[in-house]
Amino acid sequence: NLQESESENKLDGETASDSESKSEFGGSAPVPTSDDTPEVLNRALSNLSSRWKNWWVRGILTLAMITFFFIIIYLGPLVLMTIVMCVQIKCFHEIITIGYNVYHSYDLPWFRTLSWYFLLCVNYFFYGETVTDYFFTLVQREEPLRILSKYHRFISFALYLTGFCMFVLSLVKKHYRLQFYMFGWTHVTLLIVVTQSHLIIHNLFEGMIWFIVPISCVICNDIMAYMFGFFFGRTPLIKLSPKKTWEGFIGGFFATVVFGLLLSYIMSGYRCFTCPVEFNNDTNSFTVDCEPSELFQLQEYNIPLVLQSVVGWKTLRMYPFQIHSIALSTFASLIGPFGGFFASGFKRAFKIKDFANTIPGHGGIMDRFDCQYLMATFVNVYIASFIRGPNPSKLIQQFLTLRPDQQLHIFNTLKAHLVDKGMLGSLEEA
Amino acid sequence: QEVELEERLVELDLRNDSDVPDVPPASDSTPEILKAALSGLSARWKNWWIRGILSLAMISGFFLIIYLGSFMLMLLVLSIQVKCYHEIITIGYRVYHSYDLPWFRSLSWYFLLCVNYFFYGETVADYFATFVQRREQLQFLIRYHRFISFALYLAGFCIFVLSLVKKHYRLQFYMFAWTHVTLLITVTQSHLVIQNLFEGMIWFLVPISSVICNDITAYIFGFFFGRTPLIKLSPKKTWEGFIGGFFSTVIFGFVFSYFLAQHQYFVCPVEYNSETNRFVTECEASELFQMKKYPVPPVLQPVLGWDMVSLYPFQMHSIALSTFASLIGPFGGFFASGFKRAFKIKDFADTIPGHGGIMDRFDCQYLMATFVHVYITSFIRGPNPSKLLKQLLILQPEQQLSVYKTLKSHLVEKGILQPSLRG
Repeated sequence: NLQESESENKLDGETASDSESKSEFGGSAPVPTSDDTPEVLNRALSNLSSRWKNWWVRGILTLAMITFFFIIIYLGPLVLMTIVMCVQIKCFHEIITIGYNVYHSYDLPWFRTLSWYFLLCVNYFFYGETVTDYFFTLVQREEPLRILSKYHRFISFALYLTGFCMFVLSLVKKHYRLQFYMFGWTHVTLLIVVTQSHLIIHNLFEGMIWFIVPISCVICNDIMAYMFGFFFGRTPLIKLSPKKTWEGFIGGFFATVVFGLLLSYIMSGYRCFTCPVEFNNDTNSFTVDCEPSELFQLQEYNIPLVLQSVVGWKTLRMYPFQIHSIALSTFASLIGPFGGFFASGFKRAFKIKDFANTIPGHGGIMDRFDCQYLMATFVNVYIASFIRGPNPSKLIQQFLTLRPDQQLHIFNTLKAHLVDKGMLGSLEEA
Repeated sequence: QEVELEERLVELDLRNDSDVPDVPPASDSTPEILKAALSGLSARWKNWWIRGILSLAMISGFFLIIYLGSFMLMLLVLSIQVKCYHEIITIGYRVYHSYDLPWFRSLSWYFLLCVNYFFYGETVADYFATFVQRREQLQFLIRYHRFISFALYLAGFCIFVLSLVKKHYRLQFYMFAWTHVTLLITVTQSHLVIQNLFEGMIWFLVPISSVICNDITAYIFGFFFGRTPLIKLSPKKTWEGFIGGFFSTVIFGFVFSYFLAQHQYFVCPVEYNSETNRFVTECEASELFQMKKYPVPPVLQPVLGWDMVSLYPFQMHSIALSTFASLIGPFGGFFASGFKRAFKIKDFADTIPGHGGIMDRFDCQYLMATFVHVYITSFIRGPNPSKLLKQLLILQPEQQLSVYKTLKSHLVEKGILQPSLRG
């Protein structure tokens, strides 16, 4: 009937353009990957076959990244925070660029500006929520910072609304759908990239060990799974990533747990890793100095009878943190890879090979960090649920804004509680 | 055939809007009674009458629920959230012909459950602290809600990854993103509405009424005086309606706040009384709701004839709220209009005869709810004392001691605590 033939005509009439766009899609990836390898490396490896050359390039770059990681750890929390911010911005840029390429929407009115503007608003909101608590004394001293911090929710919301209204006003008749797609794309990217980078910074402030151990476990799992797969790999793991094998997965799991235990043992001995990062307003710098908490004090554990015969000892001295590290490494090996599979599915869905070509042999920054993001959220939830209590200075800050009768009520309840616990005893003027 | 469908849908993204096929129109769900009663009138008047009757019905329903109390309001907010979510997700299915994607319907509802659990644990559980304390399982669920809800979410995430099917990757990612953006919009904001409600019913009623009033008065002003179109997205809106609606809404908000501010039922924070197992709204009215004398600016003195006016401070805040409702709230409506045009749908759904879906009625409310919440936390409310106390009691003993000393010196300094007395 008429409707059917109409739709058929549409298909026929557009066959030419369909095949054109098909070839555009299937033939070349929207993000062309140029060869970024530095000339030096290219020449040094020019005699090897291309397979070995790729292996060497990946290997050298891996070592370079790990060395870089150690250097910035040495440089301290402020540099780490800056690096996390840069990684966040680069990942955001990579994912947004993919969106532009997918939808050929690079020229949408206002869109590039709006994306960066939203990135700024959301970052400002998160900095106001979390980081300013740590810089509390610094912020209180400087007048403009104080207002920016106290009313950050309102200001960031107002800024966001401005961007939202600009988006609505920029809607152009023929491009509604594309514009909504890019709006949705931007917001999902913000949700993934910005929230999780702030969770990482949160973890960092809890103690550098909570930053280093999870990231190292993910990296270790990546490398170990690759090696086990290389030597013993036989059974494919998942259709999405045909190179992954069950042998690599399981071997990587055990290797990562052992690695996590060892790394935690070494790091727990040093205050600079285990102490919460604090901002010292007298010296205007970050300090990591404290009395190590219970987590980082050696304790005797009884070895279960089953293992006693194997290991030969009755008790073992470990840091309680090492028990937590088992949970962290387990997550890194079992669930972390799902972040990688998600990214693989994403790349296949949009027919791209890598997120970008920033790192020779590896792809974009996002390619390296796809497993890290789930890990960062897990560590943050883990700390908030099982480890960290609330932040005392934040509580005092909140207390000071209450009404006097509320303050008195809380003070008396706290006092009664402390007397109960024997902390105050009969000495009222403790 | 499957491959062709996938490729065609994929290439839909690259084409102009005009080439995108329309989504089939919604069916007419007007009840038979109304149709019979109005059968004599012309189509235009019939539509007007249906809209009018349904508007009155909705407003009456609203008053009824307010009368029934906070718990019913919470349930209502939750039901609206679920319905809006359902409407937007269904549009996604229709747009992408993706109703049969493996697992997807279950996953969408599952994610809705996880996110709601997370938010309930974050906010509402604090208000029910005494109720929760008595029940062991609830205590566990609330204390570790972050971890449990994250674990549940991860399970859904992993199932999504495992459900990716070779020919449908792009569609599945689209629906995944669609689900998450919808969750972000509907669930977070419905929880903000509930938090506003707990602050005091007036913070729930005045914003919602202002948005409704702006809708109605802008329509009326536009009907009688409308001449200059406002924005291409919504051709029926006019500048006259916009400005007329703004002034009427501010006045309405001002007057309405005056009446509500007098009753404890509306003004007091909602609290859960564990002895009577009910919500109570009883308190010492805060400063905001106590009459104050304000000097009238000299400009207005000859007009009004008074030099002092007795007002509630809340009425000043209501001006801010109504201004937002009239000036920025409509952008939520424009956004929804643009969305409907982008995806070639007339209404979000056909739930309410003459009006469309629930989302059609609530598109302006969402921005309002977020604004009210941000406004309250920035300018009105201090932190919640019982939550603060709970956190203090979780601290390490040494931390508690040092906090105690700091608090004591502060209270003594302010003269709230006498240093000579023993507490």
